[in-house]
Amino acid sequence: MSDKLFGIHAQALNLRARRAGLLAANLANADTPNYKARDVDFRSVLGAEAGARDVGMQRTHANHAGAGSGVGGFADVTLKYRVPSQPSLDGNTVDEQVEKGEFASNAVRYMASLQFLERRVSGLIRALREE
Amino acid sequence: MSLFNVFGIAGSGMSAQSVRLNLTASNLANAESVATRPEDAYRARHPVFQSVLEEEAGASVRTAGVVQSGAESEARYAPGHPMADEKGYVYASNVNAMEEMANMISASRSFQQNVEVMNTSKELLLRTLRLGE
Repeated sequence: MSDKLFGIHAQALNLRARRAGLLAANLANADTPNYKARDVDFRSVLGAEAGARDVGMQRTHANHAGAGSGVGGFADVTLKYRVPSQPSLDGNTVDEQVEKGEFASNAVRYMASLQFLERRVSGLIRALREE
Repeated sequence: MSLFNVFGIAGSGMSAQSVRLNLTASNLANAESVATRPEDAYRARHPVFQSVLEEEAGASVRTAGVVQSGAESEARYAPGHPMADEKGYVYASNVNAMEEMANMISASRSFQQNVEVMNTSKELLLRTLRLGE
C-alpha cells in the first residue's frame, strides 16, 4: 500500500540519506593519507531497489514479509571508488570540491523527494477530510 | 537512519582537525623556544590521520598518533644567552612557520567543511521530521 502511495520517493529518500553519510565520510577523511573516496552509482542502486520491489515473493498470509520491501545497506559491490582528477602524493583521492558539490546536489535532491512526499501526504489528508 | 551517522562522521572530522589546529598552535608558540642541546630542542609535532571503517557505508576519521618532525634543529650563535652551551650556541626548534601557517589554513577549511555538512544534514533531518504537517 505505502509503496503505491509514495512510489519511488520513499526509497530514493533512504538512498539519498545513505549517500549523504558516504559523502560526509569522504569529506571528513579529506586529509587522511591513503584514504580512497567512495561513492555509489545512484541510478543503478535505485534501479535495483525498484526492480526488487516488482518481483516480490508471493504472500500467502497477511503477516508475511515481502521480499525487497525494506531498503538494506549498500552491498559492497555497489560502492565504487572515485577516479581522482589530480592524484596526490599521499594516496588520498578525495577532491574536496567534487565531494562538496556532490553533497550539495544530494541534499537538494533529498529535499525534492521530500517535497514530493509532502505533497502526497497533504493531498491524501485533504482527500480524507470530510468537509 | 543514516543521516544521523553524518553527525558522527562529521564530528570525528571536526575533532581530528581540532587536534591538528592544537598541534599547529603548539608548534607556532614554541617556534622560538631554544635549548642547550640539539636533542632537547622543541620538535614540530604533526598528527597522523586514519580512517575508521564503520559497519555500514561511511568511514569516520581518527588521529592515529602524533609524529615529531625529524628536521634538524637550527644552531644559533648567541654567546650571551643563558642557555648557550660552552661554544656559545643555542639550539632553536625545527618549526617551519610557513608550513605551520599553511597547515592552519588547511585545518580551518576542513573544519568549516565538516560544520557545513553537519548543518545541511541537520536541516534535512528537521525537514523530514516535519513531513506530513
